[in-house]
Order: sequence, then C-alpha cells, then structure tokens
Amino acid sequence: MIKFTFYFFSIILIFAAMRLITVRNPVHAALFLVLSFFSSASIWLLLHAEFLAIALILVYVGAVMVLFLFVVMMLDINVTMIRDGFARYMPVATLVGVVILVEMGLVIFSHLPEVQPVVMAADVSNTKMLGQVLYTIYVYPFEIAAVILLVAMVAAIALTHIPRTRMKYQTPSHQVNVRRQDRVRLVKMPTEPKD
Amino acid sequence: MVDMSTFIDVAVYLGIILIKILVLVFPLFIVVAYYTLAERKIIGYMQVRVGPNRVGFDAVPGLRRIRGLGQPIADAVKLMFKEIVIPTNANVFLFVIAPVLSFAPAIAAWAVIPFDDGWVVADINVGLLYLLAMTSISVYGVIIAGWASNSKYAFLGSIRSAAQIISYEIAMGFTLVGVVLAAGSLNLSDIVMAQKGSLIHWYWLPLFPLFIIYFISATAETNRAPFDVAEGESEIVAGFHTEYSGMLFAVFFLAEYANMILVSALAVIMFLGGWLSPFEGTILGETILGQHGIVWFLLKTSIFMLLFLWFRATFPRYRYDQIMRLGWKIFIPITLVWIVVEAAAVLANLPPWFVEG
Amino acid sequence: MTLIELNMLMPEIILLSMASLILIIDAFLPDDLRDLTYQLSQGTLIGVGLVIFSTYPQQTELALHGMFVTDPMGATLKLFIVGIVFFTFLYSRSYLKERNFFKGEYFTLGLFATLGMLIMVSAHNMLVIYLGLELLSLSLYAMVAMHRDSQSATEAAMKYFVLGAIASGILLYGMSMLYGMTGTLDLNELSQSLSTLDEYHTALVFGLVFIVVGLAFKLGAVPFHMWVPDVYQGSPTSVTLFISSAPKLAAFAMVMRLLVDGMGHLHSDWQDMLILLSILSMAIGNIVAISQTNIKRMLAYSTISHVGFLLLGILTADKAGYAASMFYVVSYALMTLGGFGMILLLSRAGFEAENISDYKGLNERNSWFAFIMLILMLSMMGVPPMLGFWAKFSVVMQLINSGMLWLAIVAVLFAVIGAFYYLRIIWMMYFEKPEETAPIEDTMDMRVAVSANGLLVLGLGLMPHTLMTICLSAFSLV
Repeated sequence: MIKFTFYFFSIILIFAAMRLITVRNPVHAALFLVLSFFSSASIWLLLHAEFLAIALILVYVGAVMVLFLFVVMMLDINVTMIRDGFARYMPVATLVGVVILVEMGLVIFSHLPEVQPVVMAADVSNTKMLGQVLYTIYVYPFEIAAVILLVAMVAAIALTHIPRTRMKYQTPSHQVNVRRQDRVRLVKMPTEPKD
Repeated sequence: MVDMSTFIDVAVYLGIILIKILVLVFPLFIVVAYYTLAERKIIGYMQVRVGPNRVGFDAVPGLRRIRGLGQPIADAVKLMFKEIVIPTNANVFLFVIAPVLSFAPAIAAWAVIPFDDGWVVADINVGLLYLLAMTSISVYGVIIAGWASNSKYAFLGSIRSAAQIISYEIAMGFTLVGVVLAAGSLNLSDIVMAQKGSLIHWYWLPLFPLFIIYFISATAETNRAPFDVAEGESEIVAGFHTEYSGMLFAVFFLAEYANMILVSALAVIMFLGGWLSPFEGTILGETILGQHGIVWFLLKTSIFMLLFLWFRATFPRYRYDQIMRLGWKIFIPITLVWIVVEAAAVLANLPPWFVEG
Repeated sequence: MTLIELNMLMPEIILLSMASLILIIDAFLPDDLRDLTYQLSQGTLIGVGLVIFSTYPQQTELALHGMFVTDPMGATLKLFIVGIVFFTFLYSRSYLKERNFFKGEYFTLGLFATLGMLIMVSAHNMLVIYLGLELLSLSLYAMVAMHRDSQSATEAAMKYFVLGAIASGILLYGMSMLYGMTGTLDLNELSQSLSTLDEYHTALVFGLVFIVVGLAFKLGAVPFHMWVPDVYQGSPTSVTLFISSAPKLAAFAMVMRLLVDGMGHLHSDWQDMLILLSILSMAIGNIVAISQTNIKRMLAYSTISHVGFLLLGILTADKAGYAASMFYVVSYALMTLGGFGMILLLSRAGFEAENISDYKGLNERNSWFAFIMLILMLSMMGVPPMLGFWAKFSVVMQLINSGMLWLAIVAVLFAVIGAFYYLRIIWMMYFEKPEETAPIEDTMDMRVAVSANGLLVLGLGLMPHTLMTICLSAFSLV
C-alpha cells in the first residue's frame, strides 16, 4: 500500500518537475512547481515527517508560490526571447548537469557505513521533537537564521521604501480635528461706498 | 502477486474512509445550501424585507406553510441548467479547474474537525497546521480563476484577493500560535480537551484579543463583507468570478460558504471549547444541560455563522489600503504582544487556564 | 546554555542587541539628527571591541553544543574586523552626506554585516558558517544596492547578488555532500570521521571541490573572480571600502575553519587546488590591473592578486604558513582601507576621484596626502620597509620552508609585474601636472584617520614583529 502510494506521488512529482522546465507558459510552469511541491510533501508524509510536509505546503505552496505567481502573472514575459540563448548555453548546461548527476551517483553508490533511519518512540510526535531540538541544540543557528530574516526585511524596506515627502495621502485624524479657524478666515472689509 | 487478503484489507480500509467522508460531506452540502437561504432570509429581516418566499415544499404536509424552503434547491437546479460560458482566449483547462481548486481545500479541511469526542475523520497530530495549510491553498482557486478568465476585472479581483489572504494569514497564524501555546498541542481534539472545566476555562477569556482578531481575520480570509474587495461589485463587477456562470460559478459559491462554516467551527474549537457544555461546573452541570456533545458544537458554530451574516448586513465595505493597514499595522503587532503576554502566563502557570497537568 | 557560554558569546550578543536598538531608534529620528545613528554605531563597535579584548581567550573553547568556538585566532581576527569596520564607517560618513544618502540603514546593515563576520569567525559547525556567511552577504548586497538612483550601483548589486547566490549554493552543495558522507556538520566530528576513513572516496573529494569553489567565489580568486571588478567599480565607494576590507578577514577565517579545522586530513587534496587558484589569481590580477584606468577597478584586480598571495600561506598546510597568511590578510585589509580611504577623501559631491588621472599632480595639491598615498602604494607593491613587504616576505618564506621554491619564485615574479601599476599612480602623483585643482576638503576626523591609517602601515612596516607576534601567538607558535 505504502509502496503504491509512494510510486503514485513520485510519478506525479517527476512528471510535474519535467513539465516545469519544458512548458512554455511561465504561469503554467509556476503551477507545475506548486504541484511538485505538493507531491514531495506527500512523500514526506509517507516518511512520517508530517511537520515538514505541512510546513512545506504552508510556506512554499501557501505563501512563496502565491507571491511568485503574482509576479509572473503581472510581468509580461517574452518567452521567445528567453529561449533565444537555449541552444547556445545547452552544452554548458548539459555538462554541469552531467557532472552533478555523476556526483550524486558516486555518493549514492559509494560504499558507506550503513546509516540507519532514526527510530523514534511512537508516543512522541515529531513536531514536538523538532521543537525540542530546534530550541536546545540548534538554538544558535536558529537565532542566526532569525537575524538573517530581519536583515532581509530591513534590506527590502530600505531598497523600496519611498519617503513620505513624495507621497500624497490623507491623515484622517487631521481631517477630523480641523477647526473652523484653520480653514476659514473672516476678513473685515470696508463696504464700498455707494455712488 | 498481490496477496488477496491484503487487497481486501486495503479495500475495506479505503471503504471505511470513504463512508466517513460521505457522512461528513453530505450533511455539509445541505448545510451550505440552507446557509445561503438563511443569509437571504436573515439579511432580509434585518432590512425589513421578507426574503425568498415563493418556492416551498407544498407536497410535504408539515412544511406547507413555510414558503422559501425550496429556494436553495431551485437555485441549484437553475444553475445546473445554465450554460457555462468560456471567454475567448481564456485558458480553458485552468478556467475549469479553478473552482475545483478553491472548493477541494474547503472540503478537505473538514477532515480534521472533531465534532465530538472521537468524531473525526483523521485525528492527526498536526491538525491545526493542516487546517492552516488548507486555507492557504484555497487562494489558488481565486488566483487561477482571475488569470485564466483573461479579463481585467477578474485579474484585479484575484490580485486583491491574493494580497489580502496572504496578509491576513499571518495574523491568523499568530492567533493559532497563541492557541497552540495555551493547549500545548496541534491536535484539535487535544485543544478542546485542554479547555475542559467550565465556561471560564475556555480560551476565549485568556486569549480574548486573539479570539477577536482570529474572527476578523477569518472574515477577511473568506473574502466576506466587509472585506470582500475581491468581488466588490461597485468597483470591479464581481471580482475574480466575473466571467463564471452556471455550475462553475456555483462551485465558487459553495466553496465560500463551506469556508465560512469551517472557520466558524474552528473558532468554536479553539476558543469556545468545541463540544464541551457551557454549563459544566455550574449548578446545572449534573443535569442534561451539563452533558458534552455534538449539539453544543453545532449550536456554537451556528452563532458564528450568524455573525457572518450580521456583519454583511451591518458594515460598509472597507477601502483596500485600509484593509492592508488593519492587517499589517494593527493585528500583527497586537497578536505578537499578546503571545508574549500569554507565554509569560503559561510560564507562571496562571490558574485556571495554564495549570500544568 | 550556561552562563559561561553566554559570556563567551557576549560580543555577538551586544552587537545584535545594539544593532536592533539602533534600527528602532533610527526609524524615529528626524533627518537632521541622523548623526546620532552614526555615533551610536561607532560606540557599539568600540564597546564590542573592548568586550572582545577583555575576554581574550587563552586556549580553544567550544560552546553551544560545539557550534561556537573561541580561540586566539578568532579573537584577534574579530578585533581587527571591528576596528576596520570602525574606520570604514568613519571614512564613509562625509561621503554619504555629500551624496544625500546618509541613511540609518547603511550603518545598521553594516553592523549586521559585522555580526555576520563575527559569527563566521567563531563558527565551528558548517551550518553556522553558512548562516554567518549569508548574514554577511545579504547585508552587503543591500548596501551595494542602496544608492537606488545610480544605475551602475544597481547593476553591481544585481551581479553581486546573482553570483553570490550561486557561490552560496555551490558551497552548500559541497557541505551537503560532506554531510552525506560523514553524517555530521560539526567540524570536530567531521575531522574525526575523515581521519578514520581509510579508503579513498571520490565523492568526498567532489564535496571538497565544491567547497573550495564556493570559498574561491567568496574570496574572489581566479577563475571565480568575475564579480569582483564590476562590484568594486559599480558600488558607491564607501560600500566598496566595506566589501574589500573586513569581509576578507572573515573569509580567511572561514577558509581556516573549513579547510584546516574541518578537513585538515584532506590537505593533500586541497593543496593542489589552492596552488592552481593562487597562481591564476596572481597572474590575472596583476596583469589585468595594468590596463585599468579606473582606480576602483584597478584596486579590485589588485585585491584578486592579493588573494592569490593570501592563499599561498594557507596551502603550505602548517601553522607557520597559516600565521603568515593571517599576517597577510590583516596587512591587506589595512592597506585597502587606506587606499579606498584616500579615494573617499579626494572625492566630493559630483566628483568621484575614481579615475587614475584624477591623481595627477596630487603632490602639488597636497603633499601630505600624496605622501600617505605613496606609503600605501609602496606597501601594496611590497617595497621594504612597508607593511606589505613583510606580508609578502613572510608568505614567500613559508613557501620556501615547506619546499615549494618554484611557487615562491612565481609569486615574486608576479609581485614584480604588479609593481608597475602602483608605480604608475606614484608617477602621476609626483611628476604630472594636476588636471583638477580644487583644494582637498574634508572633515578633520577624516583627515586624521586617513593619515593615521597611512602612518600605521608605515609604522607596522618598521616594526613588523609586533603584528607578527600577534599572528604567531594566534596559532600558539610563540
């Protein structure tokens, strides 16, 4: 049963990944990426890594890819122009791909001491385990990652924020608090003499 | 060769799951259908109108006097017979699949909702995260619908909706963090059981700001009034489903209402003790009113469902930039502060909510 | 996490809290009080420096489950990093003010970058090294791009970002391969499990190659140097100054931690790779620099050649060699600081002083600063008795000691070739008529700092044993 499910999702994953790089329409490509995230999350679920699986869906499918789609949809990407260099870069890309493939093969087939999967006590949920490890042993990298996110935020705001002076906007509190003497000035003028 | 007995085991296993799903989904459809009727009737009465009052079940003796009861069925039949118009140059596959993508998560999310002790299709450890994931996926239906329609209004609507849903998801996620912090579990049944005791043990009291923010964010997440800019008819016709007609449109409609019921049920589970009786721990605790059960769950859920309708009848639509301001600059800071306060209370074992045990 | 561990982390903790605090304060400051951000940042750096100095460790100590290490080398590098960032901020201030982007973010991002460098220096786990590196790089990308209206800065930022991301990816890929082979991210455990592997693993070497490539990208060694000239030239000069000085110290620490602490047992493998990188860097750096007309670009190529020399010490794979490399990287940072400091000093609003011809007749305009520039150029060239001479000398000596005479000869050869373009600037300063006659104006602190910087290069050159002793003691050789 598990085997069947595994192959089912794997086939979908491979199909989606292939389509992702071959499809012509960028929006379709992004949607295939979503599909491949989804299938890999399902495979994680089979490994009982439910937290990682759901986090993958929540973070990548639910947030990152939505924004990605957002941008892809709004940009008018000229696909033919992107494809122009395809033939030119093909040899280099193939070379890099083959090298990486060979390496992965070497890692997989080199005779390593068998690594056994960590078996957890059945009553401890792996979300809890993850939390415990993350906040004890890995607290230092965890905090650094938090700082990196802070920097990313500062950088994004520093690079895109438009100073207020260039913006025209209303301040409702000013509008509400305005008094008559701020807007209206009564001027006493002598009446014109009648002829 | 596959062993025959394991095959049968698998078949039985799948069959049971299927039956569970049917038992859950069929009543849900009926509730959704009659929720639409309730909306029209209740808003009608609030505006001193009568609402739908023509179609009825004249053949059934008991229901002869109640006119309008047949309206949802009549609507459904009408929509089923309408033509599905597909706009020129629309992306047909995505156009057709978009309503499904928005409907499927809305139904799938129900899998982890416990109606009573043990009455749940899938009692998984990360139930709350699963729910959050499912609600965040439902935005794809809206985005794809807007893009595939090849229409300006639909596209504008979908972009508004995407931005809004993502923004409010953060505030909503933080309120869920607050609940998880209080209950110490992501499992929804555990969350309900952690609130056992009495009315004041429920989390609405210690997490009051989160409770309010949760429900407002949920309104925004479901694209309901007063946050329904994604389909604001005064500005962009009908938003992302401008180009939809017939059954495809109906599916969007179903998804929206299923989502509303879902977030109401979730509010009950997280803040109002799910199926727990409000009279527990009082003088009435020993009577029939003190018994826990699905009745309480349904009653509480319908209160929130009513609130949705009430909002729609009461509030004018928010302006788009104000929606964003509310989400980012008000809700997120409040939730963050309250989570810190709550964490301190949990550390201090503040009774009666956070007693260790 | 015990109290002692917290105490060891104190510099990082102070820096992080102050950076966050300054970030908040800055958000509420009106523009005319922006100087406060600058002053607070400088104060923070001084404070962090004092804390590092007062907790100077005598031996290697691990903390936080082996993720964090304090040792004399790390503490020394951290002190220099903090000091150099202090000078960088000092030099940048008037430059930023004149160009109207004296923003708080420049300083807060700078502080976060410094934090990233400190983390890299005392990282003892591949994950932490990577995260420290990312913290540093991310801050630098943003700093390069901060001058939004400048097209060249945006282009530089884009190139820096894309190539930096590729480099990070390659480094991470290498790390993941090592993790796959050994099952650990901790450098001690990595070193142990590498020493117990008796058979030769091709995959391990592949992992090593990826790590070396990643490091070479970050250091800017040929053939992974493409980003250096464009980024140096395109960025605002103050940012170029930042990128070119302190991060090199952190990169040196990263190389030491990964290659020496973690993969010391594979030194015969990485030695050859480093020899190749180093020869290529010295060759390309020195030869291409000759044809440059833009001084920032020229200094970029000069940096590439310096990186070549820097690698020479490391590839000897013994402690004396490491000490020589450390001496080299510190002197390089001081010289570069001075060099870009001079560019900043000479530039003013609307005039960048980035062409070599802008230095014509500097002696007539201001003989004191021409003299400082002379010291810096001679030092970069490697003329005795300047600091740069001793740096090159010690590295070459170590090469000869470890029996690589041919490499030493190659290095000296390229150093001689490299002398040409430094001499050209000296020639222009002293023997040509000035094209630009405006007097050099800058604030007092800037003048004093640049002068002090130049004199330091001269002074340390006259007494090289002071700095050398520090470097040797960092590897407990004294």
